[in-house]
Formats: sequence, C-alpha cells, structure tokens
Amino acid sequence: MKQEGIIEAQQEDRGTTHQRKFEKVNEIIGRLGRSRSALVPILQEVQEEYRYLPEEILTYIATALGLSPASVYGVATFYAQFSLEAKGKYVIKICDGTACHVRGSNPVLEAIKKRVNLQGNKSTTDDLRYTVETVSCLGACGLAPVVMINDKIYGQMTPEAINIIIDELEKEDAADE
Amino acid sequence: MSKQTPNQLAQWKKEWRQGFEREKARILVCAGTGCVANGSLDVYAALKQEVEARGAYVTVDVLLEKEETGVSVVKSGCHGFCEMGPLVRLEPSGILYTKVKAEDAAEIVAALLDGKEPVERLLYRHPVTNEVYAEEEQIPFYHHQQRTALVHCGQIDPEEIREYIADGGYEGLQKVLTTMTPEQVCQEIIASGLRGRGGGGFPTGRKWEFTRIEKSDQKYVVCNGDEGDPGAFMDRSLLEGDPHRILEGMAIAGYAIGANEGYIYVRAEYPLAVQRLKKAVADAEKYGLLGQNILGTDFSFTLKIKEGAGAFVCGEETALLASIEGKRGMPSPKPPFPAQSGLWGKPTLINNVETFANIPQIIVKGADWFSQIGTKNNAGTKTFAITGQVANTGLIEVPLGTTLREVVFEIGGGIRDGKKFKAVQIGGPSGGCLTKEHLDLPLDFDSLQAAGAMIGSGGLVVMDESTCMVEVARFFMNFTQNESCGKCVPCREGTKRMLEILQRAVDGEGQPEDVEILQDLAEAVRDGSLCGLGKTAPNPVLTMLKYFKEEYIAHVVDKKCPAGVCSALKGYWIDPEKCKGCSKCARHCPVNAISGEIKKPYTIDETVCIRCGACVSTCPFKAIKEG
Repeated sequence: MKQEGIIEAQQEDRGTTHQRKFEKVNEIIGRLGRSRSALVPILQEVQEEYRYLPEEILTYIATALGLSPASVYGVATFYAQFSLEAKGKYVIKICDGTACHVRGSNPVLEAIKKRVNLQGNKSTTDDLRYTVETVSCLGACGLAPVVMINDKIYGQMTPEAINIIIDELEKEDAADE
Repeated sequence: MSKQTPNQLAQWKKEWRQGFEREKARILVCAGTGCVANGSLDVYAALKQEVEARGAYVTVDVLLEKEETGVSVVKSGCHGFCEMGPLVRLEPSGILYTKVKAEDAAEIVAALLDGKEPVERLLYRHPVTNEVYAEEEQIPFYHHQQRTALVHCGQIDPEEIREYIADGGYEGLQKVLTTMTPEQVCQEIIASGLRGRGGGGFPTGRKWEFTRIEKSDQKYVVCNGDEGDPGAFMDRSLLEGDPHRILEGMAIAGYAIGANEGYIYVRAEYPLAVQRLKKAVADAEKYGLLGQNILGTDFSFTLKIKEGAGAFVCGEETALLASIEGKRGMPSPKPPFPAQSGLWGKPTLINNVETFANIPQIIVKGADWFSQIGTKNNAGTKTFAITGQVANTGLIEVPLGTTLREVVFEIGGGIRDGKKFKAVQIGGPSGGCLTKEHLDLPLDFDSLQAAGAMIGSGGLVVMDESTCMVEVARFFMNFTQNESCGKCVPCREGTKRMLEILQRAVDGEGQPEDVEILQDLAEAVRDGSLCGLGKTAPNPVLTMLKYFKEEYIAHVVDKKCPAGVCSALKGYWIDPEKCKGCSKCARHCPVNAISGEIKKPYTIDETVCIRCGACVSTCPFKAIKEG
C-alpha cells in the first residue's frame, strides 16, 4: 500500500503543477486573444515561460483557439524557434551564416560541444543546463564568428574565448546556488 | 494629446531644432547589436559619468524644454563599421573613435571639453596605408559611400522621435496628407524609378498602384523585415538605427493605397530591433503621427509588430502573410498576387524595410532627385553588407551601378593578409558567385541577373584564394535544403539530391557523371519550384559550375581540392627543389608513407598517406606542400 500512496502523492503533485501550468497559459491566451493570428505569439510566450512547448499545452491551446491539435502541432514544428523538447537554461546559438562560416564558426561549435559534453546529434545536456544549436545568421556579420547565449551576443569568437565565457557562466551559477 | 493640425509638425521642427542647436557638443555612442556585443553600453555609461563629473552634461529633455546648454551623451544606431566597434562619434566635429573602451572615457572627454587634439590612438588607422583619419566622413570606408537610406544610422538617437522630427522627419507624411492625392503619390514613386530592395527588384510604384486600384473595405501594408539571408544585416541596421523612417514610409504607403492598418514582420533573431520599433510606434502614436486622424487629417493608420519564429522561407511574401495569419509559413502560387488577395484575402502591399526607408526622401526631395542617383532603370542607392576576407567589413550604401571593384577594393580596402581576390558571393543563398572578370561589372539589378547572380538583399561575401568554391556551393545548398518548406516536390527533393552530390564531391566520393546530373537537377529545381526560394536555390551551384567548373572537376575526377580546404581531399607532396633529404619527415610519419635516400629528395606514397599533416610541421625546409 505504501507504494500506491507514493504514486497517488506523485499524481496529486503533478496535478497541481499542471493546474499552475494552465493558469499561466490562460493568462497568455487571455491577453493575446483567441484569434488564429495570435497563435504564433501565444506559442512564443509559452515557450518563453517553459523553455519549450509541452505537448499537453499544445492540445490545450488548440481547444482554446478552436483549432485542431494537428494544425497547432503543424505550426509548432514548422518554425525553428519552437522546440517540443525541454531546452537548457543557457541556449547557446552558434551563427553559421556565410561570414561566420568562412571565418571559422565550426571549430567554435566543436569546442562548445566538447566543453559541455554533447555527443552526436543531441542538442541539450542531460542536466538541462545547456542547449547548443546553430543558426543561419544573427546579423552581426562584422563580428564573425558570433555566438549568442540567451539574448547576449559575443563576437570574434575562438575556441579559447568561448571556454572563458562558459567558465564565467558556471561561476555565476555556482554563486547563485 | 490634443487635436493636431498639419502645422504642428513645422512648429515642433523649428522649436526642437533650435533646442538641438543649443547643444555645445554631442557624444554619440553606437548601440547597434555589433557594438553592444563589444561592450559599447559600458563605454556609454563611462562617458556619461565623465561628462557629468565635469559638470557639462545635459539631457535632451533639459536641452529642449529648459533652454539650457551643455554636452549630451546619447546612444546611436549602427554605423555599419561593426568590426571597428565600439564606435564613438563626436558632433559637431565629426570625429570618429574606434575600438573604444570604458577606460578611454576620461581622455576622450578631456580632449573634447578642453579643446585639445583628438585622442590619436583611438582614431581609425588604415590597415594597408597606415594613414590616420580623424573625421568619419574622410575614412575611405565612408568616403566612397553615398548614404541616403542609412543617412541617420549612427548619426541620431533612434529612440528620440524629437530628433527625427527636428531633422525633417515625418515631413514626407505631412506633404502627402496635405498636398497630394493617393494617385499622385503612386505616380511620384513610379517616376522615381525605385525598385524593390528585397531582392526581386520589381518597380515599387507599380506595386503601389496595383494595390491602390483594388476596391476593398480593408487593405493592409506589410513591411518585410524577415531578413534571413546569411551575411546580410541592412534591415537590422535600419530598424535599429532609424525606426521612424520605416514607420513614415509605411504610413505614406498606407495613404497611397488606401490602407489604415499595417504590420511590420521582424525576425525573432533581432531582439534589439523589435524593442526599438515598439518604442518608435508608441512615440509616434503619442505625437499623433500614427493612430487616428494623423496630423488632424482624415487619415488614420495603425501599426502592429509581428515577430517571426525562425523560417527563412517567410521572407517570401505569400509565406510571410501565411505566417502573420498564424499558419505554417508556406508560400502559395501567384496569381493571385498579394495586391489582389493578400492578408486575410484583402489587397496587401508588401515592401522590404530598405524600400520603405527610401520613401520619405523621395516624397520630400522629389522623384527627379532620386532618379538621378544610380543608372538608367536602376535608380537610387543600395545597401550592401560586405563581409568575408576583406580588410573592412561592414554595411555600406552606394549608388546602383557602382562597380564591384570600387566596393571590394576602395570601400572594402582589398583582401586581407595580402592574399589574392578569388570571388564574391552576392545575394546570399539565392545569389551566385562572381569572379575577377566581373570586377568592373556595375552592381545593379539587370547586370547581375545577366551574370547569373542577383542582388538579393545585398549580402556580399568576399572570398580569397583559400576558399573552396565547391565547399561554398555545398554550404549554400545545405542552407536552402534545410530551409525548404517541403511544399513543392522540385525544391524539397531536388535540393536534397543536389546537396548529396555536392557532399560527395567534398568528401572525395564524387563521380565524373555528377557534373551533368548536378546541372540537370539545378535547372529542374530552378524551373519547377513554386516560390523564389526554390527558383533561386540552384544559383550558387549554377554559377559555380559556370565560373569554377575546373575546381569542381578537380574534386570529382582528380580527387583534389585546389584550395586545400576539403580535408578528405587534402594531399601532401614534397617539393624536390626544397627537400634536402634529411629524413626527418619519414621518421615522424606514423604510417611510413614517406621514403627516400638520404640527401636526395624524399617522396610521399599517397596510397598509404592518412593526411594527418605531421610531416608538414616537422620539415625544417618547408618543403612539404598541401594541395
């Protein structure tokens, strides 16, 4: 019986977090409206809140907007900004635009992956600390190669420089904890 | 705000201009994305603190409202010379300091306030001639430019609407509202010869006229700021550096076509541009320059900002409209054109950011003024983002018809590190490459199209002899293949197969017959795709095959990469003239691929060599060559 008790408690716990989840979503939908054209902005804010788009929230949004879950899923998977999997606390975007590419963005990417220990096609670390992805252009070509961590841009990157920046992030994190 | 009259604008202009003229001096710190990344906000804070400490600081509010004077310190938009950032410009002297750090603030302020010579070590020094330039306009990078769309970028505070108005802002809007009919406005734009700056080069005025003559209860104006071409950042610079100019251009368009609602679609990757635009819209509404009954007239126009969510194809106009409507951003066949059936099926005018930026001046200075810039059929100026292996990278603006040579060698300052010019990739993934034969080609819509390239949005990547053109073609094909939305088969499948063939070539597994297949596929994708993305995706490959076919053949037939970039094709050989036969390389080779007799030139057995490069670094005579 003890086992069941734990499962019940877990379910209950999940229930309240779910409720809280939907409260926030309701607030976003209430503010942006229920028209179809609000769908992309709603998904953007939801993603901002949770760092990804949980499946049950996509279904919830579909019902709220009177759309089929398939069409919401279609939009969520079409745009590169949206992720159906949880992203890390730090989203590291390496620009692989033309200017960055010809000035050596690839060694920087390799250095980051090695540093945060990401192998193969995985883009997020298991501890949900880092997500590493490439983007086509950040529009800061004069500073190539460029890396963006969350909303901050770092220019003229080298494998050594990116390691120093990650050192600093880890130091800040350690201080916060 | 109380009801406006059209004269209100002239009063503001006069009053605020006098206010700004009271300024003793002004320090403009670049706060574009590039300079901010290099720490310009710290520079700004330090300069402000320094001027305050000297008791000379004045805010714009005090300057304009209390009629006091002093030195102001403001943040400007992007100068386009991001590589030299953080940039600090002084007014009225026009001095430009480069690579400024917060620690330099005291010295800069002391030189300014005590009337001393400018701080020489912070002035621009030409990387080749070593000459030092104090004034921004004298630096060769700027001297050969003609900045009309970018005129305010780096020169004014983009977040201060009063400065835009003091410099004649919104006069174009006032002029059309009070003295012109919508038809006259369209005619004026047609007469100016302005062509769309987003890539296609369609005559802007005709697009306006098509939308104007449609009868509908509702029309829309849309600004396409989904700048997705890797290597182009003119829209970002304009939106960050002079947002009111875009709003004014859009409001004029709204009046001309009979629309009272507009949307600005901006890439999600440009958070600073979104922030500045939001402030600009709120300020324009506050001063009655957007919203209901603009300047007391019957014309109303409201603007909304839509953030993109990351899809290159949304730069295509029908895909962009689908995206605003909350759908997957996929293009639809034309006709119907957006001018007939656009946003929610209503007539819609879509223009690029730079196109709108040109509108206010055409209205104020007249179509004749504009049509005299540039060449026949290619009126006006165009911005280009010049990047890659060139001495000065940045955003420039030149009259259409300027030659490639002037852009690369005079403005760009030539190739870095004394290397040789090889090619220019123009127009991003939709454009093509041009070679040294094209250096005297005028950069305009028609000449480039004839050469198989296109202006596109204006990305211009300069490549030197160390660039492999096959790898570059593969790079662009990888990009378009990733961004293909998947709606039509030629683009979805064709780009995938083309990428496979190019990948094989750089991996050293190319087949001689690939040349023909690649050519056929490229033509099929170009002719069969639904939208501009697919129609232009083969351009980089086609121009590579046209101008650098030998390089491609070298990859697939001889299995060599002449530029020495593709690691799978790297080969090593020993120059018999330089080899002294010391045997050092043979001893270091991990697979015993090198053999020979002492004091005679050694040789590498290519069938055994694993291309590790260990021999290159050990040779004391630099006799081992790559390629």
